[in-house]
Amino acid sequence: MALLNELAKKKEGLVNGHRLCPGCTHSVIMRQVLAAADTDKYDIVVAAATGCFEVSSGLYPYTSWNIPWIHNAFENAASTISGVEAMYRLWKKKGRTDKDVRFIALASDGGTYDIGLQALSGAIERGHRFLYICNDNNAYQNTGNQRSSATPFGASTTTSPNGTVLQGKSQPKKDIMSVLEGHHMQYLAQASPSNWRDLMNKVKKALDVDGPTYLNVIEPCTTGWGFPQNKSIEIAQLAVDTCVWPLYEIEEGKVKINYKPKNKLPVEEYLKPQKRFAHLFKKGNEHLIEEFQKQTDRHWEWLLKREESGVSY
Amino acid sequence: MGKKVALTGNEAAAHAIRQINPDVVAAFPITPSTPIPQNVAQFIADGEMDTELVTVESEHSAMSACVGAAAAGGRVMTATSANGYALMWEILYIASGSRLPIVMAVAARALSAPLNIHGDHSDIMGGRDTGWIQLIAENSQETYDNLIQAIKIAENKDVMTPALGAFDGFNISHAIEIWELEDDNKVKEFVGEYTPLYPLLNTKEPVTHGAWAPPDWYFEHKMNQLEGLLNAKDVVVKVGKEFGSAFGREYGLYEAYKMDDAEYVIVAMGSVCGTTKDVVDSLRENGVKAGLLKIRLFRPFPYKELADALSSAKAVAVLDRVSPAGAQGGALFTEIRSALYDANSRPPVINYTYGLGGRDTQPQHINSVYDKLKTIAETGKVDKQFDCLNLRGTWG
Repeated sequence: MALLNELAKKKEGLVNGHRLCPGCTHSVIMRQVLAAADTDKYDIVVAAATGCFEVSSGLYPYTSWNIPWIHNAFENAASTISGVEAMYRLWKKKGRTDKDVRFIALASDGGTYDIGLQALSGAIERGHRFLYICNDNNAYQNTGNQRSSATPFGASTTTSPNGTVLQGKSQPKKDIMSVLEGHHMQYLAQASPSNWRDLMNKVKKALDVDGPTYLNVIEPCTTGWGFPQNKSIEIAQLAVDTCVWPLYEIEEGKVKINYKPKNKLPVEEYLKPQKRFAHLFKKGNEHLIEEFQKQTDRHWEWLLKREESGVSY
Repeated sequence: MGKKVALTGNEAAAHAIRQINPDVVAAFPITPSTPIPQNVAQFIADGEMDTELVTVESEHSAMSACVGAAAAGGRVMTATSANGYALMWEILYIASGSRLPIVMAVAARALSAPLNIHGDHSDIMGGRDTGWIQLIAENSQETYDNLIQAIKIAENKDVMTPALGAFDGFNISHAIEIWELEDDNKVKEFVGEYTPLYPLLNTKEPVTHGAWAPPDWYFEHKMNQLEGLLNAKDVVVKVGKEFGSAFGREYGLYEAYKMDDAEYVIVAMGSVCGTTKDVVDSLRENGVKAGLLKIRLFRPFPYKELADALSSAKAVAVLDRVSPAGAQGGALFTEIRSALYDANSRPPVINYTYGLGGRDTQPQHINSVYDKLKTIAETGKVDKQFDCLNLRGTWG
């Protein structure tokens, strides 16, 4: 990969002036994604789902996008990019373009884990060539932090609030990587903007696959999660170092963990700085933190076993 | 030269799509329009067309992929019915609001519940305000002709609005009729090439499609969109004339069947017009001044032209193949009655719902409507403004 000072000189596909919250990681992730794309070789076209990033970057009569970009609705980024990609194949077939164009569908967890899951599954099964990126901010943040199936256990959201009887979300987070792995796509991976070089390697790899690929990226949300605006990347790093958000990839069914913390931190380190987990630290709620740790360890150990087994599909 | 063929309405739609040879078709099967994507898939498999067929996992994704493909820059078509059309609903507005000239064949069908797979107009009438141009065919010939014309209407630079060509589920979609299939090259020549205005795939000049508009812009967008839809009226007439010169069958906004001096008039759309024409013919033989005003263009609704066409009527009955759903009458009734409000003569207008969920409508039922109109014209009294045709028992 190019050196940082070279990457910094690259023409930006997403420019400043967007309306994302200060400290939001959507733009950070997207700039890493576009910096990773080998734009000397190919052009990028993006289809975005309705959400924070969409409303903040495509507000008529302005746009923050220096590359072709389309927004359709909340649940259909994958089917929209299917149509775009089908038209590209037709253009290629009929000689209307000689350009190499690659496609990215962009959504958050609401548009991916929940309302957009059917469209995503269909598009992957049909084998369109596109990279689907889910910026997972753990809830429906654009409408004000309502719980999603990506909301972690115990988190307080506006529809799974902490109260006198209930203590935040009672269900564990959906394992979307396992759901999508069942499609037997060539490449899917999980990344974090804190580990930008790893994220960029994964983007580059995914964009070179002639078929559907998926990237699940943790997207710390200052407003929904409740942490200071200058701590976003630290929060992402803590998610990685506690193994709440393992960095791994699945290539033809084979798991590779890209980062194993030398000193795996207890989940409290990740939970403590975030207001959405504040109630877990109240006296009498110790068992909820224990449960969070148990769920985290179970998943991490399962991943380690998968990697160790070396099985591929 | 064209040739006479004996094929179903669905096959008529499929042949129109084959000859248009759109760049992308994205579709999901649903009765009664399923044979359309099936035929298209077979045409592609046999090398008779080279469209990219996207076999999506739902109608919502069908319309979503159509939006993506049309924005990418090319000609896009699809087909659906009933619940499939309803599942597309959200994206129908996005297609029209994004000014993408997608063309869709709709084999019109009843909506659940109760589940019913047969013909009526619940789907397309429910979607009448989605901003699409709506052309409605009486038979297989018109189904074929309308879809070919819809391409030119939708893609007209003053219009740039998606269009649907509807025809009655089963009555037309599955009935074999004799109709004229035109020469492939002549159809291709008629529809011409499509040059997209702002293709997403032109990466040299990147564009943003689907930006959101806050209160200080949304209103202007919607009124610009309305202008495009309204412009379709003149374009429908223009393209209808061009089609007449090319293929010998000219089309307008509506069809006035024996309307010159008609006193008792039925206003209707779809396959029931065929039955009504037969009844009009026999009534005319007996000296009854009966007529039929057949709607072809439902959106944009040509209210002024239709009111003018009804100028000789002494009594009018509007047939709706949809429940009034709590309105004063069916969708067509309220439009026609409103159009007549500004007319010099305001004949009494009554409304019938007929044919829901595939219920048969026979000449005897149409005859009963003309009998009623005659009584109303003679007595000047309307005892029942709304009634049903061929319903068990009596309504109201």
